[in-house]
Amino acid sequence: MSNKRSTFLLSALVFGFAFLYVPILLVIIYSFNEGKLVTVWAGFSTKWYVSLFSNDGMIDAAWNSLRIGVMSATLALALGTPAGLVMSRFGRFKGRTLFSGMIAAPLVMPEVITGLSLLLLFVTLEQMIGWPAGRGLSTITIAHTTFCAAYVAVVVQSRLSGMDISVEEAAMDLGAKPAKIFFVITLPMILPALVAGWLLSFTLSLDDLVIASFVAGPGSTTLPMKVFSSVRLGVSPEINALATLIILAVSVMIVIASAMILRSERMRSRASAGADA
Amino acid sequence: MLVSEAALEDVHEDVHKTQPWNNPDAVPYIRFENVTKKFGDFYAVDDVSLDVYRHELFALLGGSGCGKTTLLRMLAGFEEPTSGKIYIDGVDMAGVPAYERPTNMMFQSYALFPHMSVEQNVAFGLVQDGVSRSEIKQQVAEMLGLVQMTKFAKRKPHQLSGGQRQRVALARSLIKRPKVLLLDEPLGALDKKLREQTQFELVNIQEKVGTTFVMVTHDQEEAMTMASRIAVMNEGVINQTGTPFELYEYPNSRYTANFLGQVNLIEGVLVDDDEKYAVIKSDEAGCDIYIDHAVQGHQGMTFWVALRPERLRITKEEPKETKYNCLSGKVEEIGYLGGISTYHVRLASGKRIKVTEPNSTRQIEPRYTWEDTVWVSWEAGAASVLSK
Repeated sequence: MSNKRSTFLLSALVFGFAFLYVPILLVIIYSFNEGKLVTVWAGFSTKWYVSLFSNDGMIDAAWNSLRIGVMSATLALALGTPAGLVMSRFGRFKGRTLFSGMIAAPLVMPEVITGLSLLLLFVTLEQMIGWPAGRGLSTITIAHTTFCAAYVAVVVQSRLSGMDISVEEAAMDLGAKPAKIFFVITLPMILPALVAGWLLSFTLSLDDLVIASFVAGPGSTTLPMKVFSSVRLGVSPEINALATLIILAVSVMIVIASAMILRSERMRSRASAGADA
Repeated sequence: MLVSEAALEDVHEDVHKTQPWNNPDAVPYIRFENVTKKFGDFYAVDDVSLDVYRHELFALLGGSGCGKTTLLRMLAGFEEPTSGKIYIDGVDMAGVPAYERPTNMMFQSYALFPHMSVEQNVAFGLVQDGVSRSEIKQQVAEMLGLVQMTKFAKRKPHQLSGGQRQRVALARSLIKRPKVLLLDEPLGALDKKLREQTQFELVNIQEKVGTTFVMVTHDQEEAMTMASRIAVMNEGVINQTGTPFELYEYPNSRYTANFLGQVNLIEGVLVDDDEKYAVIKSDEAGCDIYIDHAVQGHQGMTFWVALRPERLRITKEEPKETKYNCLSGKVEEIGYLGGISTYHVRLASGKRIKVTEPNSTRQIEPRYTWEDTVWVSWEAGAASVLSK
């Protein structure tokens, strides 16, 4: 009977993974297609990669996306870390649940609404104080920072609430002042969470199409926007090559981020397991 | 022959040195004055006054939630008293933050810095004080030698065993030569065997460095082995303070008697009261209890007679004198522990009496078996009488 069940589980597993990854696999395979037709295999070639790198529009968009990603991930870290710190260390106060709920809300907010509301904000601000003058890289960066900060806050909070608070008390007891404790004790201990949060933010920013489309201006086309618009004119194998590269980059980053989280988890559980021994 | 005045003086001086709490002129090193700590409506510590003297190893003993840890944390500066004052070496600690107090703490979880090596952990306190590098190096080496961790100086905390971490935590909290070392359940995370061994080590280190230790524990055996004096706490209040000997032999309440060691409590009514003796009539015991000293109270008042299991005699034959201090019942439970045996004897009233007896001679077969009728008796001096 257990054999029967395991057959069922195995096929469920295979089907599930196939459902998730066959499309991606097809993209990767067809990126090495010789022919111009996306759906007909005509032999192996890397020529689409070569033509991708000579496509200036594509390269510009990639460069934009990269800059926005780095900037907004860094800003999100600067905003999200204090938020996570407050959520785990401020103790109980009135409206705490509401506060943490509101921090997490951008994670589930439909992107269309986030994009639209930010667009309204930017337009209103421009009319009132003249900034931001038009929309471009900076508005996209701000927009991405808002929802990425929420991710960072959640990651940092979960790391901090798993941390033994008496470690910080011990530092204070030994003569360190609160600001010093933060930089010498707390920050190094949550570093893996910060790295993971940054990488996650970067990936999310790189990936976003909807919000960016709302708040973008002339000359600030991001990679997903460029891809989306060129696909409307027909899928060129160049896009497949690009997609393959993006998949590669994102996978590498996700693997690093997970490894960081896993390593800190393991160190923590090992530390507490040792204390029981 | 009479003891000379001078010799008597010497004895007094000696007592005053080793037992400063018995010296009316001694100045307490740590003083709690009517300290109260409220968390919301809950009194964690309720009007506690307590003196601890220099070089003492003082234990705060009590169950969980009795306020002992709160008292310790107020001393460290992690909590401020709601009212009352705390003095350390004559200085009022009100408003002095934890990082400026002359105390260091060893945490229950040890709270080692996971990203620093053993060496860096121990050096942390000195680095905060801006001590020169060569000085730090020398002191850290000395301290690691004291706790026998020199070999592990470069390791990270997660590469150490529980006992080794405990040593590092101790070294780290001692390196600043605090006036008072606070220990929160210092041995709580160790297994039983290691704990017993470490108890004596900790006492030896305390004697070597001469620091005043204040320790929090829920383990009465640990407190009695290590402490010079113990304060028994319950529900935010200190029940009784004294040496382990005083607390065990002269408990002031049923709570203390129960908390330290094992005890049989027999309820009864005072029927005869004299300057030299007292008699308590107990329905529970089914006999009258003779006490060889006067009892503070009036006739008809309810008292509890506390009898330690090891002070009771158990016999198969009826003792000659059965008028006082003699119970009879049936053996209900037997615990053979090798060195000693424990017996639970059920009296006619249903009350169970616990008796322990050393197995000082080798027997062919066990002396008593279940359902044996036995007699339990004791010397008049063995009992203490408690009114609360």
